[in-house]
Amino acid sequence: MGKHGWKWLLSAPALFVLVLAASGPLTIVLVYSFLSPGTLGGVSWEFSTEAWFRVFFSRDIFDPEVVTWNTAHLTIFWRSIWLSLQTTFICAVLGFPTAWFVATRSPHNRAFWLFLITIPFWTNLLIRTFAIQELIRNSGTINSLLMWMGAIEEPIQMLYTDFAVLVGMAYVFLPLMVLPLYAAMDKLDFRLVEAGYDLYASRWRVLRHVILPLVKPGFIAGSILVFIPAIGAYVTPRILGGGRTMMMGNLIGLQFGQGQNWPLGAAMSMLLLIIVVGALMMYLRVVNQGGGERRG
Amino acid sequence: MSAVVKPFSVRRLPGFGAIAILTFVLLYLPIVILVFYSFNAGQSQSNFEGFSLRWYAAAFANEQVQEVSVRSLWLAAAAAGIATVLATLAALGTTRVARFPGQTMIYALINQPLMVPEVVTGIALLIFVAFLKVQTGYTGMGYLVASHTAFCIPFAYLPIRARLETLDPTLESAAADLYASPVQAFRFITLPLLVPGILAGFMLSFVISLDTVVITEFVKSAGQDTLPTYMLGQLRRVVTPEMNAIATLFLALSLVIVTAFFLLTRKRG
Repeated sequence: MGKHGWKWLLSAPALFVLVLAASGPLTIVLVYSFLSPGTLGGVSWEFSTEAWFRVFFSRDIFDPEVVTWNTAHLTIFWRSIWLSLQTTFICAVLGFPTAWFVATRSPHNRAFWLFLITIPFWTNLLIRTFAIQELIRNSGTINSLLMWMGAIEEPIQMLYTDFAVLVGMAYVFLPLMVLPLYAAMDKLDFRLVEAGYDLYASRWRVLRHVILPLVKPGFIAGSILVFIPAIGAYVTPRILGGGRTMMMGNLIGLQFGQGQNWPLGAAMSMLLLIIVVGALMMYLRVVNQGGGERRG
Repeated sequence: MSAVVKPFSVRRLPGFGAIAILTFVLLYLPIVILVFYSFNAGQSQSNFEGFSLRWYAAAFANEQVQEVSVRSLWLAAAAAGIATVLATLAALGTTRVARFPGQTMIYALINQPLMVPEVVTGIALLIFVAFLKVQTGYTGMGYLVASHTAFCIPFAYLPIRARLETLDPTLESAAADLYASPVQAFRFITLPLLVPGILAGFMLSFVISLDTVVITEFVKSAGQDTLPTYMLGQLRRVVTPEMNAIATLFLALSLVIVTAFFLLTRKRG
């Protein structure tokens, strides 16, 4: 320890609050996932791996030895993953041209366009989801407009479907794709693009073989930054999805109602966390590799 | 004038501009429509019957809305205030220092609220708070303040740390050469230079606390609704434009803070 070895102690108060209200409670969740459920919610302090078992499997009511896949849970896990992947895809398709557009403005205008992307990112997610709800509800703007034009007789049921959740998530998470893509494009050396054209490459070939490989780290970073909040989404599926279009976050929330199975909810939370940490590790690898390439 | 041939630009990709403009429209249209109907004289969200401020009047007269708004604002002020002080100290303790053992762990702890899904943090706090409520009998707002504070710390920490990293360490050496004590050097050199970062950290945390809905939803006791949890509860019903009016006011507040944040952290030159 050097002369300033005591300096880290300045972070002690912040660390205290974080341990108290973040990592401490998270550790309790891990412990709870290995306990037995209490009779009226809560837990009883007996070690058990039953909660983890029940995340994936269910037992026959009459014969506990008969084990089947818990299709109700698996359907929801699969829907969460599939919706998150689709969200990521939509964000990539819309986000790439948008980021390119921003990155190719003049430096003076660039700040303005970037600001336009960032504003929704910092405005309330609940309100943005509410805005989507108003658009797609049966008596909402889109249905009213279509009926007024005579395109449809009856309103189309969009709210409370997977489609609604998908639209909502793509809408709220889009800035998370545009920002890292923009960061990658901002550093792009346009002399390489020019060299491609000089060698008679078509626009498509330049895009495919020059631009895309160069901004790939931004693409991967953006995809993971969209995927992570999407897989853990709670508010958007709760408002736009119905009881039948739940996602993992909502299923976890349900386990903590009165008289529910807390250890099961704890185990599901840990599963969600494992998925998120896995995605995060991939993100860190990409970011670090990107840094290495630039230095090399 | 003859037809103007566009010069070939390596920065142009066909169709990209159109998709980008479409994306910007898609990004803002839902919010514009939401704001538009907050001024509707009628009941509906789809049939505009004329301009009126009646829903704003209704929102301001609604005692429950008043109550949850005031609670949200003071909760955000308290959580952001505490988080900013703690984050400033933490930034001073972890920036511009030689690597020390446990540094990675400190970073991991500080950034944990950013990485863990909010619903997981929410139920973790629910479990812990339920336990504490039984043990201590205390059911006040302290739980929400602590939860929001922990959640805000990384958002306050990042801009302060970024500011600190750009400071020239020779300024403090110069102060020391001129016989300033370390406390004086901090008070008159480091702290004034750090103010924009601290303000930015506070504003960011304030907005984050105002927006936080999942954690509040799981931690709150009866009668501790904030504006977002109140709205979440109302959204399941058929809502009147009063909700649009509330959302518009909320958006306006966020917009003002975020714009101020941008102006404060903007790179000059």
